[in-house]
Amino acid sequence: MSVATSEMLKQHLIDPEVCIRCNTCEETCPVGAITHDSNNYVVDASKCNFCMDCISPCPTGSIDNWRVVKSAWGVDEQFGWSELPAQQDITPSATGGQAEAIDYEVQALIAEAHSGVGGKTIAPLSAAKPSVNLFNRDKPAVAIVTGNFRLTDEGVDNDVRHIILDFGDTRFPVLEGQSVGVVPPGLDDHGAPHRIRLYSIASPRHGERPNTNNIALTVKRDGAGLCSNYLCDLQKGDKVSVTGPFGATFLMPNDSSANIIMICTGTGSAPFRGFTEWRRRMMPDAPGRMLLFFGARRPEELPYFGPLQRVPETLLSKYFAYSRISGERKVYVQDRMREQSALLAGLLRKGATHIYVCGLKGMEQGVDVALDDICRGDGMTWRELREVMRTEGRYHVETY
Amino acid sequence: MLDLINVDYSTQIPNNVDLASDRQLLRALEKWHPGYIDWWKSMGPEGFQEKLVYLRTAVSVDPKGWAKFDYVRMPEYRWGILLAPQEEGRKVSFGEHIGEPAWQEVPGEHRAMLRRLIVIQGDTEPASVEQQRHLGKTAPSLYDLRNLFQVNVEEGRHLWAMVYLLHKYFGRDGREEADELLVRRSGDADKPRMLGAFNEETPDWLSFFMFTFFTDRDGKMQLESLAQSGFDPLSRTARFMLTEEAHHMFVGETGIGRIIQRTCEAMKQAGIHDACEVAKVRALGVIDLPTMQKKLNLHYSLTLDLFGSEISTNAANFYNAGLKGRFRENTINDDHRLTSSTYPVLKFIDGRIQNVDEPALTALNMRLRDDYSEDCAKGVERWNKIIEKEGFTFRLALPHVAFNRKIGEFRNMEATPSGIVIPASDWLGTKDEYLPSASDGEFVASLMKPVTEAGKYAPWIAPPRLGIDNKPGEFEYVKFAA
Repeated sequence: MSVATSEMLKQHLIDPEVCIRCNTCEETCPVGAITHDSNNYVVDASKCNFCMDCISPCPTGSIDNWRVVKSAWGVDEQFGWSELPAQQDITPSATGGQAEAIDYEVQALIAEAHSGVGGKTIAPLSAAKPSVNLFNRDKPAVAIVTGNFRLTDEGVDNDVRHIILDFGDTRFPVLEGQSVGVVPPGLDDHGAPHRIRLYSIASPRHGERPNTNNIALTVKRDGAGLCSNYLCDLQKGDKVSVTGPFGATFLMPNDSSANIIMICTGTGSAPFRGFTEWRRRMMPDAPGRMLLFFGARRPEELPYFGPLQRVPETLLSKYFAYSRISGERKVYVQDRMREQSALLAGLLRKGATHIYVCGLKGMEQGVDVALDDICRGDGMTWRELREVMRTEGRYHVETY
Repeated sequence: MLDLINVDYSTQIPNNVDLASDRQLLRALEKWHPGYIDWWKSMGPEGFQEKLVYLRTAVSVDPKGWAKFDYVRMPEYRWGILLAPQEEGRKVSFGEHIGEPAWQEVPGEHRAMLRRLIVIQGDTEPASVEQQRHLGKTAPSLYDLRNLFQVNVEEGRHLWAMVYLLHKYFGRDGREEADELLVRRSGDADKPRMLGAFNEETPDWLSFFMFTFFTDRDGKMQLESLAQSGFDPLSRTARFMLTEEAHHMFVGETGIGRIIQRTCEAMKQAGIHDACEVAKVRALGVIDLPTMQKKLNLHYSLTLDLFGSEISTNAANFYNAGLKGRFRENTINDDHRLTSSTYPVLKFIDGRIQNVDEPALTALNMRLRDDYSEDCAKGVERWNKIIEKEGFTFRLALPHVAFNRKIGEFRNMEATPSGIVIPASDWLGTKDEYLPSASDGEFVASLMKPVTEAGKYAPWIAPPRLGIDNKPGEFEYVKFAA
């Protein structure tokens, strides 16, 4: 067994047993990192910049494969493969680093969640350094449930819960914006352990109350969803196996002058609760602004509706959008953003402004178009600005 | 500023060609639209028009936006007009106009030729939807059902793509041709589709997978050639269609691969070592490999006919005019005019199959067909790897190009799959050894029982290795209750 070091790298690979050699990836890659011979299509690790452009056009999913390696496999080596090599057994170091996770099952989940950012994800320059992957499937951290509260009105179907997990004596250091993994107990139909589900941490780094060793999760009960039902049904005192922490880029800037624009729907609000709470506690007079655009079907279904009313506007400007209030026009987050065009355009011109989008995949497009319109109306080009913000670690998307 | 990457949903027809500013064209297309929807409802997938299907829709043509997945009822699918982004300063890259700026309007002298190319391509798109319309009733899983419908809606979108070109660039004759595309019917005695293979039936899922592997691959080759076109709107249209076409190749290749996988597993479990023990294998309720070979022989040979005559002055004219290039013309290293080079063409002369050097310009169909065969052969090799990995020695192979042909050099002779010329009188007696017989068809048909429970698969096909859009195995790709 080897130990992960800072030289470890994540290599992008194509599964030769699933690939149909259609050339779509090679055609799509903007940096010419994909090439082929008569046998295989392969990714050149020295050229791939993890922009993820090739992922969604691939018809087979073969392109979405990753291995953590000490030294990258060369193109010629990959040409000779008839199947992918297994992930080598590598124990993560406890020091963290730039990788979002070392566990490649989790890496794939995070890569998918961040794909909307439009390129390699980069943490804000001033962000604190995260620890990642301290606990994994084989060696999870065991937490005790110390609270499980319903966040949405009893009268609505939508059951969203605030669940507090206490780690006792186990050190589980987190930052706002990171996630944890939960593996539901039991086995699936094929006798294999269940897949890992990721949940964003909804509390700030030093706990629900300062200097407690706990985290909060915001979990929506999803019909027949195995893991969400498992979590939502937890009782005080129950034990839960947790992996992680994961994520090294969707982090808040540790800079009181940073403007933070947060756009979310539903449980996508979780990381923003952490962001807001951390700034409230540590820099209540920060010169940087915080804006929250929050969409839900109706107020009764908006997680943290009550607590949010008590957060002063001076700390957090709040813009709620409701899409299902009977008799009223449907309003989405992008509509609220358009109403604040002048404010947003002014902020977008500042190098200290960061944008975070979190929620369902379906919201990405509308938000992107709204930002495009807002920029155009003010003589900026969103596509170009987005690229600048992304490379400076100021534009972040986490959708599922 | 006009946004040519994101799709405009403000008109009834999603597009990235700024339709809203061309009122006349928009009106013409909006007039064509109801006829299309009528066609889709009467000739599209039978019995599933109201079901919610997990489909991908393009919301922009850049890599981030062209595959958004969600549930949709098929008649409400957002068929649109999507062209790959325009390349600044693109030039005609072959033929007698090589080096001239690519045309943004139809060059007058090539108008008729170009219209014909577009109409032929356009006619195949609705044809395959018609051929496949009954398959939903016998789908081996919700996963496969969803893949069928994805193929169908995208063929529908490809029709839109061709109709856009006809309406935008060919005036009244273009509009008339566009209307005709909704009138012809696959297999109809009076008004059949234009090409033979598109009038054949797709009676079962084995045929469907073979069709998507072999016949849709002809579509891929044609689109690759049209993507080279000096007529820029056609090139851009074809380039975007290719990204979708790749999914159709995927459905075919993995569909057959999964059938092979299942058959091999079943044979292993039953202790059968010889894959040619047809009766024993069939008794297991799986499709025997010799029958797969026969189906392969049929679909490959039918598709070869789609490439037309080996020697073709039409093809030479298309090339010379800069309208249709060779497969991946941009990667070929030669003069791109072909005025003096030759190409070896297989011909039937004096009772023998032999190679003859012909002027490369008139042999372009032959060349494209060779590129096609090479592409097919690689796929067949990947199927063989599955068989090999399961420990069997049986191998699938492409039949000889002279086998079972109705068009071109070999139309008036008979040959075995290995290319041995046989007298026509022997053909009738032996053809059931090489092509699916009526009883083979009945056997395959007997297996076609629908499986509609999420995550479950018919016993003759293995589950896929990965879900669509990374979905887990039990995902409900088509909602029956909806």
